[in-house]
Amino acid sequence: MRREIPMIITAVVGFVFLIQYFIPHYPFSQLNNWFSDWFSIIGACAIWLGALNLMKISFDKVYRKGRDWGYSIVIIVSFILIVVIGFTGGESFRDFGTKFDWLYQWIYTPLSATMFALLAFFVASASYRAFRARNLEATLLLIAAFFVMIGRVPVGDAIAGIIHLPEVIYPSKVASWIMNYINGAGQRAIMIGIALGIVSTSLRIILGIERAHLGGE
Amino acid sequence: MKKDFMIYAVVLALTLLFYFVIPKPIIFSTAVSYIIIVLIAVVLLFILIRTIQGKVYERRIVFLFVGIAVVLPFFMSLQQKIELSPEVKALYDAVMELKPGSKVLVSLDYDPPSAPELQPMAESFFELCFKRDLKVIIMGLWPQGPQQAELAIQKISKSPDIQALNLQYGRDYVNLGFQTGNEFVIQRMGGSFKSMFQTDYYGTPYDSLELVKNISNFSNIDFSFNLSAGYPGTIEWVQIGVDRFGVKLGAGNTAVQAPQVYPYIRSGQLVGLLGGLNGAAEFEKVTGVLGKGTKFMVSQSFAHVIVIAFIIIGNAAYFLGERKGRK
Repeated sequence: MRREIPMIITAVVGFVFLIQYFIPHYPFSQLNNWFSDWFSIIGACAIWLGALNLMKISFDKVYRKGRDWGYSIVIIVSFILIVVIGFTGGESFRDFGTKFDWLYQWIYTPLSATMFALLAFFVASASYRAFRARNLEATLLLIAAFFVMIGRVPVGDAIAGIIHLPEVIYPSKVASWIMNYINGAGQRAIMIGIALGIVSTSLRIILGIERAHLGGE
Repeated sequence: MKKDFMIYAVVLALTLLFYFVIPKPIIFSTAVSYIIIVLIAVVLLFILIRTIQGKVYERRIVFLFVGIAVVLPFFMSLQQKIELSPEVKALYDAVMELKPGSKVLVSLDYDPPSAPELQPMAESFFELCFKRDLKVIIMGLWPQGPQQAELAIQKISKSPDIQALNLQYGRDYVNLGFQTGNEFVIQRMGGSFKSMFQTDYYGTPYDSLELVKNISNFSNIDFSFNLSAGYPGTIEWVQIGVDRFGVKLGAGNTAVQAPQVYPYIRSGQLVGLLGGLNGAAEFEKVTGVLGKGTKFMVSQSFAHVIVIAFIIIGNAAYFLGERKGRK
């Protein structure tokens, strides 16, 4: 029954969502609303589950003194700090000037932005070491990347203006053309492929053929 | 790990030192800025020549140059001419076509890591809406989205133009907050907004909010704008909000995500798009309120040029290495 009940729930919910798209009337509309609400409730519970799981893993790491366990202490302290400040702040804990707001604006935001900013360094380093014109395909990719990179910043058109290039081949124009036509065509192909994959996988899950999500084979 | 913490401590100490020792921001004059640019170009040329001569530079040099390219422009007084792209102009025109009093739904689906790109878009979009007397309804499919909206509104509220409008929460704008459920939230909103947002960000009941109490679903919304950094975001809004409920949608995306949504512009499912920091800068230009988007574009320009330069240097090293290998 541990496998059958989740399979039945999946099949019923899956079929209801499928049918209500084409017949958005009672009782399917009502069922759709119920199931959507359930999804939100499960999602909210999953946030808690994720947070508690993070704590469990971090405490385990500190207890066992695993690799880089010092960082786990930082996670635990930060987690407890923000939870305590959040819960003790009352209903208006997120208002401007509160301790929670201070932590959000001056600790969380800059640290998160810093992590994302590291991408620039890794992209630059990876481009330097791996972006080579090895063959025709790589060369085309390189040329496209060159125009998009230089065309997406004002300095590209400024340089083109200085060397008196015709306006039609200004980097911004070329980049826009690449993004709209070449990239657009490629993205559409990828989207259609993904959509077909989702349809087939969804049907397999709804019909109970695909059971990997239940822990089976 | 001890070494890591030592480095963090030194960086923190240096930051505090700079913060207290240099109280006023340093701005180089235009002439000094150009001299610095020429010096960087000369060093890059030197690296290229040395590479041609057979020396291979390690990645720390690349990191150093990217760091310089990003940080130095903050101290420079350089102006760039920002051209308006058709996608940005289309979004601006769509907002300008709305009559005063129209209701605009803004979904902020991002968190602080993407804020450097998306926050300037949020600020300039809100400012434009308020100046045009459009009623703004804010929500988020990401937990931090509504908080980012609060920060944006707090910032633009300091502007004299906005202060003169005497904006009132509940009448001119409402923050409905975050709701979990990803695309299911959009789907449920198609039937009833209230079913997903019983209260607003501050806990006020939906029916007590003057602006939204008569809004039942998307049919009462004149325009929607989505700021997205991934899933759930613009793609979900197009697939459910636009295709199923006929929402008129514009979007602002991170530079990483923007290429994925370009097909929706050509198909007409997206009215307009602000792509990355460049999109933010263009929107600031067209709205006439220059902010961080425009300021940060100088750093972005520098960084792009540096990356291109190192790609050229890397390829020079590769081809010379190939030739030597053949010999």
